[in-house]
Amino acid sequence: MKPGRKAMNRYHGDTDLAVLKPFKFSPAGSVQDLLFSRWLADFSPRSLLIIGLLFCLWPGFAMAQSNYSFAQAMDALWRWLPFIVTKGFALNLLVSFFTMLVGTIAGVLLGLGQISPLRPLARLSWFITQLFRNSPWLVLLFIVMLAMPFEIQIGDTIYPIPDWLKAVFGLSLPIMANISEIVRGAIVSVPTGQWEASESLAYSRHQTLWLVILPQCFKRMIPPWMNWYAILTMATPLISLLGVEDIVTLSRQAMEAEDNHPELLVPFFGFTLIIFFAYCYPIARYTISLEKRFVVNQ
Amino acid sequence: MTYNDWTPDQPLVSIRDVHKSFGDLEVLKGVSMDVKQGEVVCIIGPSGSGKSTLIRCINALNSIDSGSIKVEGLEVNDPALNKLELRKTVGMVFQQYNLFPHKTALENIMMAPIKVLKQPLEQVEKLSRSLLERVNLVGKEDAYPGELSGGQQQRVAIARSLAMNPDVILFDEVTAALDPETVNDVLVAIKDLAKDGMTCILVTHEMGFAREVADHIYFTDRGVIVEHGPPATFFKEAKDPRTQEFLSQIL
Repeated sequence: MKPGRKAMNRYHGDTDLAVLKPFKFSPAGSVQDLLFSRWLADFSPRSLLIIGLLFCLWPGFAMAQSNYSFAQAMDALWRWLPFIVTKGFALNLLVSFFTMLVGTIAGVLLGLGQISPLRPLARLSWFITQLFRNSPWLVLLFIVMLAMPFEIQIGDTIYPIPDWLKAVFGLSLPIMANISEIVRGAIVSVPTGQWEASESLAYSRHQTLWLVILPQCFKRMIPPWMNWYAILTMATPLISLLGVEDIVTLSRQAMEAEDNHPELLVPFFGFTLIIFFAYCYPIARYTISLEKRFVVNQ
Repeated sequence: MTYNDWTPDQPLVSIRDVHKSFGDLEVLKGVSMDVKQGEVVCIIGPSGSGKSTLIRCINALNSIDSGSIKVEGLEVNDPALNKLELRKTVGMVFQQYNLFPHKTALENIMMAPIKVLKQPLEQVEKLSRSLLERVNLVGKEDAYPGELSGGQQQRVAIARSLAMNPDVILFDEVTAALDPETVNDVLVAIKDLAKDGMTCILVTHEMGFAREVADHIYFTDRGVIVEHGPPATFFKEAKDPRTQEFLSQIL
């Protein structure tokens, strides 16, 4: 503590006047608790059951006076369900897979770029990473969707680019940037002694990286990587705003086909919530268990 | 291609007036020494006197600001020098062992000869097993570093360095991180090397070891070599007051 601060405190102790004490920030939890997977995995299986029950009961009360009954709405949902899942949710998953694939490949390259000994390459990779890590996903999506051509011509053949593929590229940008940070962070976390030992055994930088450093990083990259996959999957309904026929778009179309009864909203979107939850919750639980296992092993 | 007229009767490592600074802190202020082939040299001195920095400069892990370091006639400070070729000649063992945790003891030893020297697998495996035997670790071939004690890890590190068949090995306070009861096993392994004629440069705090094994002892303090000589005279007839004070504290 600085001497000046100490003197001030003594002064405050002596006065009878109301004194504004210095503000102290003491966070209650750890930064780790802010991880999305952790938050999601914190739901106990029993609480899920209760949430599910509330979901089923609440519309029953709310719709009691309406002439379009809850049973009818559920019936509509039941009829549309196979279509929504196999055409809509399947597309969300498809987009999430491809985005993760493209984002991971690009992210690993960008992350390696960040630790490159070539300063311009390292600076550029850092800049790209920061740019896409700190941009709103929806804006990135809009830019890519509107800027990319709807077809490309190679030789005489014209290849159309479907909307979902554009969405993949749009969502890949923030995923790429975040994977890049994961890779960089994992590499930096390997003790410098490992670099020095490899160097003194005459390994080239390339050999050091691929034979010694990266194999040690791999494990610690998996939990954050899965965390980002869960976040990405949950973000895929954003593409419905751009007209891609994902689960949200198809649910809206289904509701329109059922004459847009307001009573349909809760069952249809409630179902969307449940199916995303059912998909992401196990991933989150598994991420946490992997994290724990790797901590024990290290 | 650098012209090289080095012959084995000249010093294997020749250090001339080396200066090295980290920012404003000058850690080496004109250090010179020669190490002949087959010689065992111990560098002692208080912490922060620049000992570790000096030997890390010999295999170019640290660069120097001025002066010259020659290993077998090749200038280490030359920007055109192929550092990988230099490091095939100069082995190094670290205080923290720095074994690769994802590889077994045997794989740790085999990796560099296979990947760097491109030697055939069977030959390398045979050599590596015999090296493990030499450092008294038979039966630990498939153990991961995490399953070995500090002393065992350090002996694997010595074997790993030997597998590259270097002409000189640098030991950077290799026993400083060890439990007292495992120190001796490591010292025995180094003694064994020295007996076989390996050129060794050690930074160490083990005075008994230095006295017994070293051909020449250098005492460094605040970036300069204060005094040096063969152990018999060095320990009995230290002239400089700084050396005397250090020895009185340690012995």
